[in-house]
Amino acid sequence: MNSRDRILGRVRRALADVPPDDVPYERAVSRDYLRQHGERGTEETVDLLAENLADYRAIVHRCDADALPRLIAHLLGERGSKTVLVPPGLEEDWPAVVGVTRVTDRPDATARELDRVDSVVTGCALAVAETGTLVLDGSPDQGRRRITLVPDHHICVVRVPDQVVSSVPQALDRLDPTRPLTWISGPSATSDIELDRVEGVHGPRTLEVVLVSGK
Amino acid sequence: MSATFLGMPGSPVFPPFPRAAHDAVRDTTLRGNLRHATHTIRAKRAAAVAEMPDWAALRAAGRQIKDHTLRHLDRYLVRVEEAVTAAGGTVHWAADADEANRIVASLVKATGEREVVKVKSMATQEIGLNEALEAEGIRAYETDLAELIVQLGHDRPSHILVPAIHRNRGEIRDIFRSEMGEWGRPAPEGLTDAPAELAEAARLHLREKFLRAKVGISGANFVVAETGTLVVVESEGNGRMCLTLPETLISVVGIEKIVPTWRDLEVFLQTLPRSSTAERMNPYTSMWTGTTDGDGPETFHLVLLDNGRTDTLADEVGRQALRCIRCSACLNVCPVYERAGGHAYGSVYPGPIGAILSPQLRGTTSEIDASLPYASSLCGACYEVCPVAIDIPEVLVHLRERVVEGGPVTRAGNKVLLKPAKGHAAERAAMRAARWALTRPGALRGGQRLASRTRRFHPRALPGPGRAWTGTRDLPPVPVEPFRDWWQRTHGGREAAK
Ligand code: SF4
Repeated sequence: MNSRDRILGRVRRALADVPPDDVPYERAVSRDYLRQHGERGTEETVDLLAENLADYRAIVHRCDADALPRLIAHLLGERGSKTVLVPPGLEEDWPAVVGVTRVTDRPDATARELDRVDSVVTGCALAVAETGTLVLDGSPDQGRRRITLVPDHHICVVRVPDQVVSSVPQALDRLDPTRPLTWISGPSATSDIELDRVEGVHGPRTLEVVLVSGK
Repeated sequence: MSATFLGMPGSPVFPPFPRAAHDAVRDTTLRGNLRHATHTIRAKRAAAVAEMPDWAALRAAGRQIKDHTLRHLDRYLVRVEEAVTAAGGTVHWAADADEANRIVASLVKATGEREVVKVKSMATQEIGLNEALEAEGIRAYETDLAELIVQLGHDRPSHILVPAIHRNRGEIRDIFRSEMGEWGRPAPEGLTDAPAELAEAARLHLREKFLRAKVGISGANFVVAETGTLVVVESEGNGRMCLTLPETLISVVGIEKIVPTWRDLEVFLQTLPRSSTAERMNPYTSMWTGTTDGDGPETFHLVLLDNGRTDTLADEVGRQALRCIRCSACLNVCPVYERAGGHAYGSVYPGPIGAILSPQLRGTTSEIDASLPYASSLCGACYEVCPVAIDIPEVLVHLRERVVEGGPVTRAGNKVLLKPAKGHAAERAAMRAARWALTRPGALRGGQRLASRTRRFHPRALPGPGRAWTGTRDLPPVPVEPFRDWWQRTHGGREAAK
């Protein structure tokens, strides 16, 4: 007997004492928990997102669509970044870089090459206000999972209010499980040494989020 | 699994809990570190949970989802296999630790590689994977900071969430200075014990490994049967590194980690981070479904691990332990864990959950496993915090009975009759537990309350040392309501604040 049959057989024998149960799954679990916590208007939801992102030590900026390229250029300049990595489908004009080399990610770019760039700019799939979380799903404006991981500085652009949901249940509703998903809540952190929080063990040590409004 | 294998790498024989705990409580550094850690996390967790007015409903849903999955585990296992295969992954089945280790070793060898990077995972610790790979000439690098500290220190983890919590910063610096060079990039010159510097040293040391790694090994927090999606929850980004940079990814996952639907994640992604690190959300969560062209590993293997889980499933009372999502909240509230530390439990699963899980996964034939059900004051705090409502005290009482009275159990899929424990481990443990509880009114109060709630489980005879005494006498029945509770209820709770 192979292990698959062995394990399945053990499971069935282990459950022999349990009375039959044909309740469909939809009725087996009571979902009387909340879909979101608290009633908020659109503006308040965006404010809550900004607040929770900052609480998790992300640096939050707000601007309208016209000002976005300049803001990104400014953030890169402020940090002294020489190279900025962008996913292939990022809007042409952000970042509008002067004096910074724009590197478009290629499928064959190695981890070592990514390790040499200073910053990365991406969009996102959505952001969750109640938890201060960004979710990336590998769409063309977000790129491969590794590009937001290896460089030390990540600037993530969130379109508000369209890309903002209130809660985790609402986020899962909108996401496609077949895509590779990365949920990001603040910069990389550890509390493994005497529970002192230290930012940036392996992921980016600096996470900047730009909440951009308007088309 | 062989009879002597205790699932704890490096040290095949463990003293039973009371002896190990006895030594641990004398270690003042350890106690200080633990006390600080558990109290800090405990207070933060309470605040994070208080933000959620629907916590009770989430907890109930979590319990129902897990119970339903376990009730139909055969069906969901098959569905996981179908979904993962359809998404481009390969599924393997491992009945025990040896088989899982063999599968992983042969998969690694097939790549031609001699080293792998690892995400912290309880399942791979449980089966002793690192040691098994070492024996095959493959080096496994732990990449979680705490696991790195444990690995470099030739040590064992002592907490589910913060495995190196028993080490202070000075010890960590010494370990980094003396050991890092043996494993790769040495610690920087003049390394101090500042946490930021220590973290930076780990970053540099490990980055070199991430960038050249061809094989990654992980566990998973959840596997969604409907879609074949695996979920890994972490903070540092080492998980993301191991899950996305290598060409081959191998995930070893206990069969109890399955949830039926995508939607079920809405429950656990709300309860797990808050129960575990007391955060609204952990910094990073990765979800992947098979392989994706051009993004992440080209080859993905899922190893479904039994290793005692189906035996646990066969126990009517004990099977609820399989609901555990490894949040570690029960460790942080446990007065016994706080004093004894994680090592005393002689297993990768310490604390209250370890006290009920290890004896079920491994059986109670060894001294340490027979003593674990006594590693508790039955105060009930672990049940109160558990986000999937595992009644740990109920299972503890049940397992004590099992140890002392014997009875039918399932081992490796076969029904066997367990003989009553002759060994003295249980007796000694019971004595110490009793002494411990009797000198602590709070714990005694909780224990009595539990005794009332679990009356139907009470043995006719006293366990352990009381056995001879009750051989000729009847035990007085336990009152329906303990006196202290009655007092509190009828006296307006004036005493309750104490
Ligand atoms: S038993 Fe409950 S509280 Fe303890 S680790 Fe498991 S899920 Fe968390």
